[in-house]
Amino acid sequence: MAYINGIGIISPQNTLPGQEFLEPVVEHTGDFLKAVEPVFKTYIDPIAARRMSRLIKMGISSAKICLQDAGIGMPDAIITGTGLGSVEDTEKILAELTLEGKFLNPTPFIQSTYNTISSQIAIALKCHEYNSTYVHRCFSLESCLIDALLQLGEGSAVNVLAGGIDEMTMNHLTIIRRLGIWKREAIRNLDLWSCGTPGAVAGEGSAYFIISGEKNDHTYARLVAAGTLYKPGSASETATLVTSFLNENGLSHDEIDLVMMGNNGYAENDRICEEIVSLALPHTARVMYKHLCGEYHTVSGFALFVAAGILKKQFIPSSLVVQSAAPKKIENILIHNHYRNTDHALILVRK
Amino acid sequence: MGHRVVITGYGIVSSIGLNAGDVLDSLIGGHSGIGGITRFETIHKGKLPLAEVKLSNKELVDHCGLRSVRNYTRTSLLGIAAAMQAAAMAGYAAGQELRTGLISATTVGGMDRSEDFYPPFLENTSKGRLREVVNHDCGDSTEKIAGFLGIRDFTTTISTACSSSANSLMLGAELIKAGMLDRVIAGGTDAVTRFTLNGFNTLMILDKEGCRPFDGNRAGLTIGEGAAFLVLETEENALKHGKPIYGILSGYGNANDAYHQTASSPEGTGAALAMKKALDMGTLLPADISYINVHGTGTQNNDLSEGVAVQNVFGEKVPPFSSTKSFTGHTLGAAGAIEAVISLLSIQQDAVFPNLRWSTPMKELYIKPVTELIHDASLKHVMSNSFGFGGNNSSLVLSKYIP
Repeated sequence: MAYINGIGIISPQNTLPGQEFLEPVVEHTGDFLKAVEPVFKTYIDPIAARRMSRLIKMGISSAKICLQDAGIGMPDAIITGTGLGSVEDTEKILAELTLEGKFLNPTPFIQSTYNTISSQIAIALKCHEYNSTYVHRCFSLESCLIDALLQLGEGSAVNVLAGGIDEMTMNHLTIIRRLGIWKREAIRNLDLWSCGTPGAVAGEGSAYFIISGEKNDHTYARLVAAGTLYKPGSASETATLVTSFLNENGLSHDEIDLVMMGNNGYAENDRICEEIVSLALPHTARVMYKHLCGEYHTVSGFALFVAAGILKKQFIPSSLVVQSAAPKKIENILIHNHYRNTDHALILVRK
Repeated sequence: MGHRVVITGYGIVSSIGLNAGDVLDSLIGGHSGIGGITRFETIHKGKLPLAEVKLSNKELVDHCGLRSVRNYTRTSLLGIAAAMQAAAMAGYAAGQELRTGLISATTVGGMDRSEDFYPPFLENTSKGRLREVVNHDCGDSTEKIAGFLGIRDFTTTISTACSSSANSLMLGAELIKAGMLDRVIAGGTDAVTRFTLNGFNTLMILDKEGCRPFDGNRAGLTIGEGAAFLVLETEENALKHGKPIYGILSGYGNANDAYHQTASSPEGTGAALAMKKALDMGTLLPADISYINVHGTGTQNNDLSEGVAVQNVFGEKVPPFSSTKSFTGHTLGAAGAIEAVISLLSIQQDAVFPNLRWSTPMKELYIKPVTELIHDASLKHVMSNSFGFGGNNSSLVLSKYIP
């Protein structure tokens, strides 16, 4: 059995330590939902921080917040998921490549390497244990969680630090807008569900979790399983796979009290999400959350934070959009996410 | 312990051959794949070597029986070329009852095309052909391979710098042992790019003469490209289906050096930990290892740190060792799987392949690599090391299959 015993999250909402659970809601009116940063020097030696890019600082800070939240000094494994790693550093090198031979600064190259976040956390903690990084679109965080469960199952770890992190830059936003996946205009995030324009709204964030084999006073919820559904052929096939995932974990659809929807404000995709959930979980209460954090590869980290909070506190914050009648009890929550409706990811959490 | 995870197929594409047979011929013949730069235009042409796969993207498309080069990055094409060999060897076909996963690893993903997209985009953000950039992320190459093979049950991508594909094999074995999958095709792929060439060049760790691992006068690594995949399944499964077994993945270990982002610790802490974990899992003693296919990049730092770690783990009885990066170059995210395949070839041939371009011992070490091909080596257990930036160190033990 695995438990979520600590959370450290930097997101576009007020989710830093000491904040109320998603209160008050943060409004964004810019091109994307930018993360609310902590004071990095609280968590990182200022001299070391000077050379670090923003993503690395967010990663280390959220990992340290997570460990503090769990009351743990040293994890037994560090696993990170990131769709794109440090976009800022990657862009710097791509820009310098146009002046090939003239660029001399190795730092962006080093930091653009996808495993930098996991390894910088290891260096900061002097943690010599298992260390890995997953880089697969909307499976990035779910792969971490699957690996974390394997590490616990093998008995080689008790406390695994696992998290997902991605950042947004204006250049990256421009490219994805040109691809037609994201909204071309800036919108108010709280209007996401009513604006009706094509495309999703972009976001970013970093969320780390202590996944532990032991329950304690810090426990938020149980992490039952994570699943990755690679390119199901249709909504009905996806729904069948969702049902199998629940069954494999000893549950029927009636036992899921709440589903956190993968909807991202792109009506065309949202319709498919709703079709899948209607087929697989016809009676389950639904909440939408991406108006709070935007869309990015590891957005399910934000969803997992929300689900763990709901299970611990036993209430649904008013900032989430409940799409149906509120559930009578909240014991099992299913998180659904997708990458452009081709890959689908699931996380199952329990009280 | 429970189930033994065995290898029922493998495929490899590298600068020394487009399949396992050609790679073996090069290894036995002492033919290195390191040469001049032909893949792209760069100011380093004629100055720095690379270990390139000798096919263009168009030729790779034909080689794999694909229709168009349009949607594929070089990383995905190399991956498909290697994975299809592994799948065929293991008798994989889409739609079989066995739950099959694909785990790939890469460090550059679709960078080979993103770097073509960027210059016009930087001048004007409405410019640059989008099809050059849509395949940028690492997951793309994995999904292209999974799509090609029709794998549906599980897929993910690992990126832990130069140890990436060793970690793919570890995850594959874990998923099989946990009963989550019956069969996993695991490995990695990386193409040479101007991005990596220039990136490593800023670190001043590229040897102008081609890498000389464990040589006292070594001056850095040589970047290579390629891909390799291994098919893992339980011994029971393999026997039940009457499949030939080419080796056992009997141990693996992953540890972090936690020392510096790009430098290894002088005492090789993480490297030694990874090797010890791999031995422990296989319930093996250092003396059981008959050959080490070392990471051996040819950089000052790696070879010293790895050499010290090997001496610490194996004491005075260090088994024969060599770095086959002197043949293939450093294939980054693919290196772990490429060297796992080479280790299997070693086991099957009972041969230790030489460490090319070696002439001078390192004064800090009492060990030196094998520099001539050894036949009749009688190899039972081979260790394969893969160490990466960020202190991501992994070690595998591959063993001769004895029923």
